Amino acid sequence: MTDEPLLRVSALSKFYGSRVGCDNVSFDLWPGEVLAVVGESGSGKTTLLNCLSTRLLPSSGTASYRMRDGQFRELYRMSEAERRFLMRTDWGFVHQNPADGLRMTVSAGANVGERLMAVGDRHYGKIRATAVDWLSRVEIDEDRIDDEPRAFSGGMRQRLQIARNLVTGPRLVFMDEPTGGLDVSVQARLLDLLRGLVTDLGLAAIVVTHDLAVARLLSQRMMVMKDGRVVESGLTDRVLDDPRAPYTQLLVSSILQV
Amino acid sequence: MTAQPKDIATYNFAYLDEQTKRMIRRAILKGIAIPGYQVPFASREMPMPYGWGTGGVQVTASIIGPGDVLKVIDQGADDTTNAVSIRAFFKKVANVAVTTDTASATIIQTRHRIPEHPLTAGQVLVYQVPIPEPLRFLEPRETETRKMHALEEYGLMHVKLYEDIAKHGRIATTYAYPVKVEGRYVMDPSPTPKFDNPKMHRSPALQLFGAGREKRIYAVPPFTEVVSLDFEDHPFEVQTFDQPCALCAAENVYLDEVILDDHGGHMFVCSDTDHCEKRRNAPTSPLWGGRAEGAGGGLDQSTPHSTPTPALRADPPHKGEGKEKQ
Repeated sequence: MTDEPLLRVSALSKFYGSRVGCDNVSFDLWPGEVLAVVGESGSGKTTLLNCLSTRLLPSSGTASYRMRDGQFRELYRMSEAERRFLMRTDWGFVHQNPADGLRMTVSAGANVGERLMAVGDRHYGKIRATAVDWLSRVEIDEDRIDDEPRAFSGGMRQRLQIARNLVTGPRLVFMDEPTGGLDVSVQARLLDLLRGLVTDLGLAAIVVTHDLAVARLLSQRMMVMKDGRVVESGLTDRVLDDPRAPYTQLLVSSILQV
Repeated sequence: MTAQPKDIATYNFAYLDEQTKRMIRRAILKGIAIPGYQVPFASREMPMPYGWGTGGVQVTASIIGPGDVLKVIDQGADDTTNAVSIRAFFKKVANVAVTTDTASATIIQTRHRIPEHPLTAGQVLVYQVPIPEPLRFLEPRETETRKMHALEEYGLMHVKLYEDIAKHGRIATTYAYPVKVEGRYVMDPSPTPKFDNPKMHRSPALQLFGAGREKRIYAVPPFTEVVSLDFEDHPFEVQTFDQPCALCAAENVYLDEVILDDHGGHMFVCSDTDHCEKRRNAPTSPLWGGRAEGAGGGLDQSTPHSTPTPALRADPPHKGEGKEKQ
């Protein structure tokens, strides 16, 4: 482990005209750490995630990322080509709706292989072998490799999307409600899988979710957002077991007990 | 020289007005400066429908001069509707000499073939292009594909080839086969058969591409690297044919299948009609002496079997054949 963070975010704000998307968010993310961002709908979670993943440019503030060579680079000063390169090599982005993150009209194998081809892999046999390997790691049968994701169930699509993102060995993965819209048993399997992969690969991840149980399972650290501001942050277990901000207390006490 | 129609003066030379020609020439120059890059241009209405070569006609009209000799081919043939009409069009509006002879043409406008006869320096090949964007069917957003070209993000192009191999066991794309030009831009060579792709590589002739409906012009300057995309373990290869041309016995040329009757009779003949006729008419041709009349082009119905070739009889004799003789 190094003693330098992977991502440094400082005073990040995004305004949509006079409306607040997210306001003055600062944090450091360390290698191998999973940070959950929780809050209700409209609290600015997704805006924050989109700013961090450079899909949106913030109104003010900075974020710097430690590249593989150990140098910190200011994300919003990089050229678009560099950002897009980072996005498809060192980063991953798992969308809530797999259709947004997958190419629905090409086979599962090509979906997994696309990033490899994008970084210059030109050997069909090797690309296919890697795709087979990754499909098995996300528990998709090898004989589904030539099927289009349209023929997959929601859970399988989500697993395929994860494989597609992880194939280039990224160091940082953004996830936007990765288990949204899945039924609970599928959710549980997916969470189990994600937890295993994150631990095995030493991934750092920023997971946006409104589901506190997902946050509890996946993350070590947590930020609670309301109206675009971070109202509380800390270790996940501490925040959930001993919430201090009134809003966090409300959120935790709103969990339905079965 | 035959008397030209007097009404030639009612058109500007080569139909387009001078401002338009200048605009198109600027686009062509930019295209030549950035090989393979699609230059937008203000495509004009032409007296023909989109899809009939409006892009190619505008490019030709902008570069043609009174001293030029024009050849127009459509799928390799000089005698099909599109080729005949465009040739007649320029004969009328530019009063230029026209030919079917590849070697003596200075400008060759083509729909989807490159002539078999090697092109030489000084010749210009003008392609009619329906869809200039090679990424179109992979990424429908033009804003995104332009960005992908700008940033040289061409992984997606290989996704298509990957899909071909996954589905068919080989790269099944046979026409509009994507190429990389001068190591930079991925380009659609227009729907020419991939058989013709190697001819683009380091061609001494200037190659210009016009897409009228899509309003794009691009170019491959002479002696430019044009490399067909492939995988290391599935290298690019061109089509091969089992049999030579049934008319001129040419090998290693692109053949068209011609249906002869309603009973499955067919034969394979050169797609390049000029090449085929030249071979049949050359005194050195083994077919020349055997022919009943020397210079007959096309299929001679009176002696269809006087030069029997395996291709002509590739199918077993069928019921009802030769009924007329009984």
